[in-house]
Amino acid sequence: MTETQAQPEPLLRMRNISKAFPGVIALAGASLTVGRGEVHALVGQNGAGKSTMMKILAGAYRSDSGDITFDGRSVEFRTPQQAQASGVSTIYQEINLVAYRSVAENIFMGREPRRIGFLDRPRMNRDATALLERIGIRVKANQPLMNVNVATQQMVAIARAVSFESKLVIMDEPTSSLDDREVATLFEVIRQLKRQDASVIFITHRLDELYEVCDRVTIMRDGRTVAESPMRNITRLDLVARMLGKELGEVRREGQTAFTEGKDASDQVLLEAKGLKRGRAVRDASLDVQAGEIVGLAGLLGSGRTEVARAIFGADRIEEGDIWFEGEGVAFKSPADAIAAGIGFCSEDRRREGIIPHLSVRENLQLAALPLLSRHGIISKERQRELVDRFIARLGIRTSNPDQPIRELSGGNQQKVLLARWLCLHPKLLILDEPTRGIDVGAKAEIQALINELAENGLGVLMISSEIEELTEGSDRVVVLRDGRTVAELRREDISQDAIMTAMATGGGETSEPQPTIVVGVPEQPV
Amino acid sequence: MTDLPIDLQHQRSGAASWLREAGRAYGAIAALVALLLFNAIFTDRFLSMQAFRLNVTQVSTVIIVAVGMTLVIATGGIDLSVGALMAISGAVAPLIFLSDRAPFDIAWFGTVSAFAIAILVAGAFGLFNGILVAVFRIQPIIATLVLFIAGRGIAQVLTNGSIQTFNNPDFQYIGLGRPLGIPFQAFLVIAIVAIAAWVVRSTVFGRYLLATGGNEPAARLAGVPVARVKLAVYVITGLLAGLAGLIVISINKSSDANLVGMDMELNAIAAVAVGGTPLTGGRANVVGALIGALILQLIRTTLLSHNIPDAVARVVTAAAIVIAVLAQRGRAT
Repeated sequence: MTETQAQPEPLLRMRNISKAFPGVIALAGASLTVGRGEVHALVGQNGAGKSTMMKILAGAYRSDSGDITFDGRSVEFRTPQQAQASGVSTIYQEINLVAYRSVAENIFMGREPRRIGFLDRPRMNRDATALLERIGIRVKANQPLMNVNVATQQMVAIARAVSFESKLVIMDEPTSSLDDREVATLFEVIRQLKRQDASVIFITHRLDELYEVCDRVTIMRDGRTVAESPMRNITRLDLVARMLGKELGEVRREGQTAFTEGKDASDQVLLEAKGLKRGRAVRDASLDVQAGEIVGLAGLLGSGRTEVARAIFGADRIEEGDIWFEGEGVAFKSPADAIAAGIGFCSEDRRREGIIPHLSVRENLQLAALPLLSRHGIISKERQRELVDRFIARLGIRTSNPDQPIRELSGGNQQKVLLARWLCLHPKLLILDEPTRGIDVGAKAEIQALINELAENGLGVLMISSEIEELTEGSDRVVVLRDGRTVAELRREDISQDAIMTAMATGGGETSEPQPTIVVGVPEQPV
Repeated sequence: MTDLPIDLQHQRSGAASWLREAGRAYGAIAALVALLLFNAIFTDRFLSMQAFRLNVTQVSTVIIVAVGMTLVIATGGIDLSVGALMAISGAVAPLIFLSDRAPFDIAWFGTVSAFAIAILVAGAFGLFNGILVAVFRIQPIIATLVLFIAGRGIAQVLTNGSIQTFNNPDFQYIGLGRPLGIPFQAFLVIAIVAIAAWVVRSTVFGRYLLATGGNEPAARLAGVPVARVKLAVYVITGLLAGLAGLIVISINKSSDANLVGMDMELNAIAAVAVGGTPLTGGRANVVGALIGALILQLIRTTLLSHNIPDAVARVVTAAAIVIAVLAQRGRAT
C-alpha cells in the first residue's frame, strides 16, 4: 500500500511484534506505524490481536519479540505508568476511573496539585474545569464521577489523557457506550487532538466512524498485520474482505462445512420480527424465520447480531418493534416465557452464559426440561435418566459418564450438551449464536450436520455466525445487519460470500456488481 | 485459551487429586469421628446422657440456622440477619402466649398461634431480605446487614426493651421436651436436615438453586426463575431462624432481645464453610453443614471440658475453620 507520510519520521513504529500466551499465539510478527498528528484506525475481528498489540504498546503486557520505536527512541514500556509518562495514554472500553471520587480527582489522580504538601483542591478543580472546557464539556469538576452519565465519564477519561500532554492516545472502542450526539463530540475532541499534533489510535467495529475520522487504517487478522492503507484508498468492501481474509470474487465453494443444500422451507412463517429497537446496538432490525428453514444472521462485530437474538428471546427488553411467533403477537418478559412458547437459545459465550460449570452433564442437559420431568416439583429420576441417556447417545456426546462435571468436557461436547438442553424440549425455533465457535473440526461438522437434520424435520433455526462459509452453505436465507439495522436479505440463489460481505460493509451502497435483493436500504454515507 | 486450564486440570488427576477428592468427601466426617473418639476416651462423662443432652441443646439451633444458610450460600448470597430474626421471633412468641386477650387466652390456641405467628413474622422479614436482593439487586451482605442492625431494635420495641420471663411447658416442649430421654430438638434437627437434603437433591427447586448460584446468567437463559429462587431461599432462612429463636427462648425460659441469637450468623456461616459448601455459590452440602456444626461444637466442648480457657478455645476454633476450608478447597478454585 502507498505510504503517504514517508518523509517525516513516524511517531510510532512497532515492528515484528510477537506474543504467545499458554496455548495461544496472540501475535505473530504484527506491525503498526502511526504518523504524527494522525488518526489511525486499527481494525480486525475478535481474536485478531488488536487488544494484545495495544496492551504491549501501553506497557500492560511485554512482547516476546519485536521492537518499538516511539518518538525517535527505541522503547519497551514495562508498566502503564511508564508509557503514560512517555506520552502514551489509553482510554479503555470499560471506563477505568474511580466512581466515588470527584471528576477533578479522577483527572489528576496520581499527580494531584499540591501546596506545601497538602492537596490544592481549588487549583485542581480550576484546572480540571479548564481542561474539560477545552474539549467542549461543561460539568462541575467537584462532583463525584458517578453523578455524571457514561458519556461524560468517557470524556473525563479523555480529559485525563489530554492532561498528560500525550503524544499518542489509544482509544479502544470508545463509542460503544455513547449516543450519536456524544460520538460527534468525541470526534470533535479527536480532531482537536490532531490539530495539536497528537496522534490517535482508534479501535472500533463501526465502519462509518472509521471513514469519518480516521486518516489511515491498519487491518489485523490472526495475529498478523494484513494491510495498511490511507483510509481514502480502501473501499468498505475491500476493508471487510481483508478483515475476514476473503478474496473478492471468490467463487462459492462447497464441502467446507457439513451443511447440505437443497431443502425447501415450508411457507409457514414461524417467527417475524419487525422494526426492533434497543439502545444504540439495535436500531431497526427486522427478520423472519419459517418452519424448517435455516436463516443466517450476518454482520460485523458490533452490528447488533447478538442483541437482536437476545431481544427476540426475551433476555433483554425491546424499546420498539413487534414480534410475532406462530402468527401471534408476543412480548416475552423473560427467557422463561420464550421457552414456554417453544424457542431455545444457545449463547455465543458458552462459559459465561451456557454451562453451569460445577454441575454434571446430566444436570446441565436437563436444566430447561426440569418442569417437564417433575410432578409437584419432585424430579422423576426414571424419566430424567431416560431422557439424558437418549440425548447423550443421539448427539454422540463423549463423556465418561453423565455425572461427570460439564467443565471437564471439550468445547464441542459442551456445545452438544447445550444443544441437547433445548432439543429435549422439542422446540419450534432454535436461535444459535455462533454455534461452532471455538470447537474442534470434527465436532463442528457433527453440529452442522445436526442443525441441518433438525431443520429438515421442521425446526426453524436462526443462526448467527462470523464464518462466512457457515452462512453461505448452511443457510436457506441470510439476513445482514449493519449498525443495528437490517440492510439486506439474501435468498438462496443470491447467497454468496461477496454478496454477504458487500452488505456487511456498505449495506447495499457502493457496489461493483449487480446487487442481490435488498429489502431495506440505508442512506449511503459519504466515503 | 479458555479450554486449556480445564485440560490441565484433567491431566492432574493423579494421586494428589485423588487425595483431595477423598479429603473433600470424607475429611469432615473423619474429623468428626476423631473428635468423638478422642472425647470418648479422654473426656470424663462424655458418653453420659447429660453431656449428650447439653451438646445437643447447644448445637441444634446452629444446625437449623446453618441449613438455611447453606441454601442462601448456594445461590451465591449470604444472610447476616439470622441472629436478629431469632431475636424477633423470640420476642413475638411470648407476646402471644402470655396475652390475656381473646382468642389468645385459650391456652392451646395461644401456644399454637405463638409458634405459627412468630415463625411467619421471621419469614416475612426474610422476604424483605429477599426483595432487597432479588428485586432491588442489592448485594446480599449489605441487604441483610439492614436487618442485622435493625432487627434487634425491632425486637426491643416489641417488648418495650424488657426481658420477658415465662413458664409455659406446652410451648417450651420445643426446647425442653425429651421423648425417649432425647431432647426434642434432636428429632427436629434430623427432620430438617433430611428434608433440606432431599429438596436439594430431588426437587426442581433444588436444581434451580444450584444453577442460580453456579452461573446466574446461564440459568436465566435456560428459563430458571432466578429472582423467585432467591426470594425463596431468604424466606426459608427466615423461617428456620424464627424456629431457632423459639427453641432458644424455650430453653432459657425467658426472652431477652439483646441476647437471643447473638453471633448466630457467624456461627452458622462457619458451620457451612467447615461442612464443605464453598461461599462462592453453586453447591449446597446440607449434611455438611450438620457435620460442620457438630465439629465446631465438639472442639469447644473438648477444650472447655479440659479446662482450657474460653479465650484459647476461640483461637483454636478459628484455626480449625481455616484448616477445614483449606482442606476442602481444590475443586472450587
